[in-house]
Amino acid sequence: MAAVTEAPPPLAPTAPDDEPPRGRGRLTPYWLLLPGILWLLVFFALPVIYQASTSVQTGSLEQGYTVTWHFATYWDALSEYWPQFLRSVLYAACATVLCLLLGYPLAYLIALRAGRWRNLLMVLVVAPFFTSFLIRTLAWKTILADGGPLVGALGTLHVLDVTDWLGWTSGHRVLATPLAVVCGLTYNFLPFMILPLYTSLERIDPGLLEAAGDLYARPATTFRRVTFPLSLPGVVSGTLLTFIPAAGDYVNADLLGSTDTRMVGNVIQTQFLRILDYPTAAALSFLLMAAILLMVTVYIRRSGTEDLV
Amino acid sequence: MQTTTTPAVGGGDVRLTGISKRYGTFTAVHPLDLTVPQGSFFALLGASGCGKTTTLRMIAGLEEPTQGTVHLGDQDVTRLPPYRRPVNTVFQSYALFPHLDVFENVAFGLRRRGIKNVKQQVAEMLELVQLGRQARRKPHQLSGGQQQRVAVARALINHPEVLLLDEPLGALDLKLRRQMQLELKRIQTEVGITFIHVTHDQEEAMTMADTVAVMNAGRVEQLGTPTDLYENPRTAFVAGFLGTSNLVPARVTARRGEELVLTAGGATLVLPAARCTVPAPAGAAVLAGVRPEKITLTHADDAAGIPEGRNRITGRIADAGFLGVSTQYVVDSPVCPGFEVYAQNIDRDPRLVPGAEVVAHWSPAHTFGLDAAQDGDAGTAHAEEEAA
Repeated sequence: MAAVTEAPPPLAPTAPDDEPPRGRGRLTPYWLLLPGILWLLVFFALPVIYQASTSVQTGSLEQGYTVTWHFATYWDALSEYWPQFLRSVLYAACATVLCLLLGYPLAYLIALRAGRWRNLLMVLVVAPFFTSFLIRTLAWKTILADGGPLVGALGTLHVLDVTDWLGWTSGHRVLATPLAVVCGLTYNFLPFMILPLYTSLERIDPGLLEAAGDLYARPATTFRRVTFPLSLPGVVSGTLLTFIPAAGDYVNADLLGSTDTRMVGNVIQTQFLRILDYPTAAALSFLLMAAILLMVTVYIRRSGTEDLV
Repeated sequence: MQTTTTPAVGGGDVRLTGISKRYGTFTAVHPLDLTVPQGSFFALLGASGCGKTTTLRMIAGLEEPTQGTVHLGDQDVTRLPPYRRPVNTVFQSYALFPHLDVFENVAFGLRRRGIKNVKQQVAEMLELVQLGRQARRKPHQLSGGQQQRVAVARALINHPEVLLLDEPLGALDLKLRRQMQLELKRIQTEVGITFIHVTHDQEEAMTMADTVAVMNAGRVEQLGTPTDLYENPRTAFVAGFLGTSNLVPARVTARRGEELVLTAGGATLVLPAARCTVPAPAGAAVLAGVRPEKITLTHADDAAGIPEGRNRITGRIADAGFLGVSTQYVVDSPVCPGFEVYAQNIDRDPRLVPGAEVVAHWSPAHTFGLDAAQDGDAGTAHAEEEAA
């Protein structure tokens, strides 16, 4: 009977369904990619190329700048402004660590303990974004003002004696000191830390925490062995989202700092907008970009979170 | 509320006393007394939402009882956090740590108890569950059955006094589930630890467990050996949830020695008084139950040949389903619509087709009596829903 089930092969050629689409159909994915590619081209690739060419130009504002492949600009910029570079990295690193220390407990609380208050608390975390970045930073000027309640309280508690001694503040002032700039950076970038942390903490299956408890892990051990390792992707993306913009920021140093707290962002801004030395400004921008890329690559490699996600 | 009164064996029994759990106004578990003897394979059987998992979680310490106490042997563990209870759980979703490999998952409990040299033990345990070669894999690289075995190994390696299994086979396909049932039973016999197994699968409970507690709406409906539960269901829920039962509404007409004589829509049925769960004076309404496989079908033309003294119901075959081993008939009778009969396919009577007039008859000894105040369909809907 097996012969009957064997159907004769069809004589007429039939088009198989899984043949790749011909003509315009095959190009459809590329058409769909086009807006994105155009966007990248116009707003990323072209500016970067333009900036690269600017950085190797020489000349003056009056006579105009021409490309002379003058790479020495990079070396000059670095040797003159390395303290600002170093300061940027240091301040950004401090702010990132502070953001992590403040943001982790908060994200943990919202993700794992807040219950039905979760969404409200997340809105509150994002709420400052409804106000302009500048206005929020200016508000810190008032908070940290000399003779203000905060500085007064810190002075009474002799906290300022310690921070003065450490060099974070000077002359019992907070405003116009490194501490003020780091505070401003921490405040402004805190939500960028909390959001990815929250996302990764919230994704953790509560059953895993129960399982850890069931397997003799005390709450602290459960955190160290299960919760924290599983939240590492959030820690990594949170620190990146905080560190990268903080390292290039100039508003906080401008509004809350002094000439002694200038970061590389302030230098670039001054070079571009006041001194109008475009090649130096462009070279500094590239150096900052390269430095951040290098640090981020090393960081991601070392954190080893690739197979966690 | 039921209690098994077993003589205290080694003192390692799990004893729940008046334990209950309420969430706001909802009572998940009604005050419940339960003793699970040491070394037994105990199943909590019920439909989803019946409180079986909550009961299990209270033993594990993952849920705090609203009232009552949990004892392991002589130790009151009611207020102990889970990490201080000598109890381990195999979770329904396995809850394997995704960032740790199989070896570290299994070693987790040992390491938390400060045991330094775990290698030997973990290797032996992985051999027991036949996963020695997968030790360095991450959980997501394993199949469902392998993950399930890791979960069992991770719990068993700690030599808990009690192993709690929360529907551990629910995510596996039928064939694998059968295999794992035997595997778990083998491991339990081998290690001799008390297993408390929560499941909604009545077959799973019956094949694996020594003792089964059938739960419904936060209460234990009946507790006993699988055979006892099947042969002597005490409530309509148990009768319908474990296998299939025909429940015929009837009225007691007389008591004749050790037997009750019932009348049901013109038919006269006899029921052993000992198998009636309610006091049944003359005139009382009862449900007369009988399992479909105990019944014989005879064509109405041959009715004269049926031996005297058997319970009989006449009707017409409404449906017949041929299953190879047996044939399932549905008989419509004025006494009981949808009366089910399973007949072994030994000597098939070709006249037994839909539309045929038949007599269904069975030995009075196979009849059981239930309280008529219950819903005769209790348990059946759940069973079908869970099977789907």
